[in-house]
Amino acid sequence: MEALKEELKNKIITTLNLEDIAVEDIADNDPLFGDGLGLDSIDALELIVILDKDYGIKLVDPKEGKSIFQSIETMASYISANRTK
Amino acid sequence: MSKKTYINGVGCISTQKTFDTVFLEEAVVNHNENVLAIVPPAYKEYISPAASRRMAKGVKNGIVASALAMKDANVENVDAIITGTGLGCIEDSEKFLKSILDNNEEFLTPTSFIQSTHNTVGAQIALLQQCKGYNFTYVNGAVSFESALLDAKMQIEENEANSILVGGVDENGDYTTSLFKLAGRIKKENDLPSNVLNANSTGVVYGEGASFFVLENEKKDSTYAEILDVEIKNSLEENEVEEALILFLKSNHLEITDLDAVVLGFDGNSDSDSYYRNLSENAFVKTPQLYYKHLSGAYDTASAFALWMASKILKTQEIPEIIKVNSVVKPTYNTILLYNQLNGKNHSFTLLSK
Repeated sequence: MEALKEELKNKIITTLNLEDIAVEDIADNDPLFGDGLGLDSIDALELIVILDKDYGIKLVDPKEGKSIFQSIETMASYISANRTK
Repeated sequence: MSKKTYINGVGCISTQKTFDTVFLEEAVVNHNENVLAIVPPAYKEYISPAASRRMAKGVKNGIVASALAMKDANVENVDAIITGTGLGCIEDSEKFLKSILDNNEEFLTPTSFIQSTHNTVGAQIALLQQCKGYNFTYVNGAVSFESALLDAKMQIEENEANSILVGGVDENGDYTTSLFKLAGRIKKENDLPSNVLNANSTGVVYGEGASFFVLENEKKDSTYAEILDVEIKNSLEENEVEEALILFLKSNHLEITDLDAVVLGFDGNSDSDSYYRNLSENAFVKTPQLYYKHLSGAYDTASAFALWMASKILKTQEIPEIIKVNSVVKPTYNTILLYNQLNGKNHSFTLLSK
């Protein structure tokens, strides 16, 4: 699980071009949107693509996204439980 | 009566250090590379990290150049933004197309697609400045910038706008430049070092950059020049250029002898530099001649760099040695003509006065 969290942090920094942010700057429970990392709706689309492309998870209900993408912790838990690759 | 058009602010990001400098005092000619990269400014001083993370360099350069021009003109907003670009945001276009191929048309992410359109630069400048006025991008090859300039001039003349931000911007994309090398548009490595004025090989040294100008309908302390006229000719044979130029000058009640300098678009391509060479050795033999693509590199909107250069000359009354083609000098520089073309097509004449 810890390795997955680290992997997700790296993927988010690289994919979303968060130039001034390092892995250590993202706490597992920091909110990804709003006050935390400050991601926006375009980033949400990028995260959906990461789930699909890298972990074989297709989000069919967009409402699920809000809870899945709450933090690195919630993302990692959801991926661990649902990944197909 | 139609209004006059004045250049009241300039901003330039190029393959030379054209920001935080006076006028090309740090310019260096790079003879040994066939694709030149821009000297980047400190983007963070102009764009927040949150905004810049999705921007390719062309967008960032356009934003910084436009911010420099507006600061120079001492204006906080403009009525319109008009941009010229030959290839648009080619870096993100390449990224998006590569992603389609790499992922077998699946998993397409939105960012590079959103940023890949030609009007991204004008749109991002407008978003940052909250400019809700006329916003247009011209994509017309080597006359993209002149098309934007002509539109801006006509809008000011017709009282459609009092102030307009107009600019030319292009960026290099790795894949596109590799195709240009294959097609012979970029000079071969074997033909380096390059010599733009006395070219004995085909192809050009490619460049990139962004030059923006604040045009207004009133003369101010910050004024660089008045734009007297802009003309575009899509096709001219070599033996037709001089006559076209004379007619252009005549329509502005001028003759060649009235010009204090001419800026020629020599790009080091032996196939088409004869257009400039003919003028240089005949019609303009007694006129101070200047060139610039040895500094800026050649690209569709490099002529915006030439306008930046001519504006600086009219304001400072100084001509750096590094841009001189001949040794003819004038006591003052009040009227300058710019002539550019690409491979015998897309000719443009731009006339400035002090």
